[in-house]
Amino acid sequence: MQPKLTLLSDEIIARILSEAYELLIKPGIKVQNAGARELLAAAGATIDSKTDVAQIPASLVHKALETVPRDFYLYDYDGNPSVHYGGDNVHFDPGSSGITMLNPETLEHDTTETEHLIRLLKVAEQLPQYDAQSTAVICHDVPKEIQDSYRLYLVLLHSKKPIVTGAFTNKTVQEMIDMLSVFAGSAQAASEKPRAIFDVCPAPPLIWSNFGAGNLIALARAGVPAEIVSVPLSGAAAPVTMLGTVTQHTAECFAGIVIHQLAKAGSPIVWGGAAAIFDMRKGATPMGAVETAMLDCSYAQVAKTLNMPTHTYLGATDSKLVDAQAGLESGISAMVGALSGINMISGSGMLDFLACHSAEKLVLDAEGIAMAKRMIGGVKLHTDTLATGFYDDKINFKGGDFLKQKATMQLFREEQHLPSSVIDRDSTRAWKAAGSLDAFGRCKIRVTELLASYKRPEIDPAQERRLYAFMLDLTKKTGVDILPLLEHYQP
Amino acid sequence: MSEELYKEMAQSIIDGDSDIAIELAKRSIELNMHPLETITKGFVIGVNYIGDQFGLGEAFLPELVMAGEAMKAAVAVLEPELLKLGEAREMLGKVVLATVEGDIHEIGKTLVGTMLSASGFEVVDLGVDQPSEKIIGKALEINADIIGMSALLTTTMVRQREVIEELDKEGLRPRIKVMVGGAPITRDWVTKIKADGYSEDAIGAVKIAKDLVGKGDQ
Repeated sequence: MQPKLTLLSDEIIARILSEAYELLIKPGIKVQNAGARELLAAAGATIDSKTDVAQIPASLVHKALETVPRDFYLYDYDGNPSVHYGGDNVHFDPGSSGITMLNPETLEHDTTETEHLIRLLKVAEQLPQYDAQSTAVICHDVPKEIQDSYRLYLVLLHSKKPIVTGAFTNKTVQEMIDMLSVFAGSAQAASEKPRAIFDVCPAPPLIWSNFGAGNLIALARAGVPAEIVSVPLSGAAAPVTMLGTVTQHTAECFAGIVIHQLAKAGSPIVWGGAAAIFDMRKGATPMGAVETAMLDCSYAQVAKTLNMPTHTYLGATDSKLVDAQAGLESGISAMVGALSGINMISGSGMLDFLACHSAEKLVLDAEGIAMAKRMIGGVKLHTDTLATGFYDDKINFKGGDFLKQKATMQLFREEQHLPSSVIDRDSTRAWKAAGSLDAFGRCKIRVTELLASYKRPEIDPAQERRLYAFMLDLTKKTGVDILPLLEHYQP
Repeated sequence: MSEELYKEMAQSIIDGDSDIAIELAKRSIELNMHPLETITKGFVIGVNYIGDQFGLGEAFLPELVMAGEAMKAAVAVLEPELLKLGEAREMLGKVVLATVEGDIHEIGKTLVGTMLSASGFEVVDLGVDQPSEKIIGKALEINADIIGMSALLTTTMVRQREVIEELDKEGLRPRIKVMVGGAPITRDWVTKIKADGYSEDAIGAVKIAKDLVGKGDQ
């Protein structure tokens, strides 16, 4: 039995849904994309041409919820279904789009470039706790116009895992969709076995921007999975109450799903977000706050009553270092996300309100994720009798009796998660002999080991050539001849 | 033929499977294989492998203990054959193990015993709550090379010093070497009470014991 955390009663969920339908009419949803407005108007929504506000009737939402897939898979490079969106399946991936990275030696937050993304990819690739990669940081060493597609290019070269990504403009979302098609061999191949999912953000409160709605339409038509990342901020860009925030989140998701399904019914889309409270002292958006985790658990519960696949942003911290605050905020929130049965939990590795990434934190968070996954693995029944079968005639009433049992050898790995060297369970003297390191010190060593053991996956040379040519073409359009490291991977 | 069988023997120990280890030991007797070679070229290889894996963090305590138990089971089948041949397995040394007086913790000490005997030591494990005179008495009785003492409490670890002082008084050192272990034991403590060795875990204890009897290369 998978343990579950729920915070809302059925009655409250019914009220959330009911008021969300009301919000779709009054005040309505501001839709800043002409194509999306046309789709909505043709389907029966009322559009105010002066304000671009759409009134979306509940019937359109009901219809969209009928055509949206209840579950779907992301596939790895070898074509295996390895991330299952739907039900209470739980997966984790590193946070996306960091702009700085913690330098483990100077402790400065360095502006991210190509080498930083590659460092994160190498580490996450070897940690089984991460079910998917992400386009984790922005590479500031390439021209702006290709910063999003270039990240995807680097992930495709360095990983076999599914990818959580996203585009920065309506033009580049198409380029990234095309890149996936080129890599897969055809658009059909890319949509039949999708490798990547794209985060798409509405703007709170109740706005689908030109860019957000445009992305939804492009992704739907390509059959490439989309993930709504609604970001209500309680008390600033959403009502101060949790229930008010979750209701606004619901309305934003409803509107997004309607636009998406009108563009192409049956395309996969995920009910997700990066909700947070608004800190009233600092004006910040704390990702490590317990209320942030409570908002995510709540909106996931709403999604589950609608049988929608789910996503959230948890497992991150607002600390600037990989320290005690980072450990406790990331560990607690990863646990809440897992117990909420959320299909994709993004955010691991991230510090500083999702601005800063850290490879060291990725290996620390992998331990928290392992604990969370062990937790939702539940307490299992392995044996015919619970205990009596263990007390055979070899019992000597000694402490080590059970170490000598076959059952112990067969079952201990299933019962106990065996942590990596990041988690200290040494005796004091062994810990001292190993250098008296704290968790950050152990993380640094583990990262060094992982970087040394990384091998770039073997990719079909024909595929790699196609990908390279495609990226080079995009690059040249920006007036730049070559990219950092691009020549290095020239097939 | 025997090479193949040696491999299976080592594997039975690695798998911690006493039944198969016993079966293979019996088959070696039917095939007239020399029992000593069976032990050293077959089963011991498995024990050494699992010990190395444990040291690397790749194997875990249940595997270590099960390997030790399988080794014991195989040796029990082969020992009567050795006696028939008028030979005995050359043991690395004799060890008396005990948890000191006032202390009843013994999981770690029992593990040390299992690994020492699997590695070729003759081990007498006196159990828990053992006063110094009983420990020393047993060591003299069997002509032990090593006394190994465990203590889990800071309040009982002082008993380790008592035994060492008693041995010194009787002039029994350096003939009898002393190993100590247990959670509160530090290198400082070992130096302070003038023990001959200590180790972090059961695999380390085997190495220390071999060094103490001058057989560190085996």
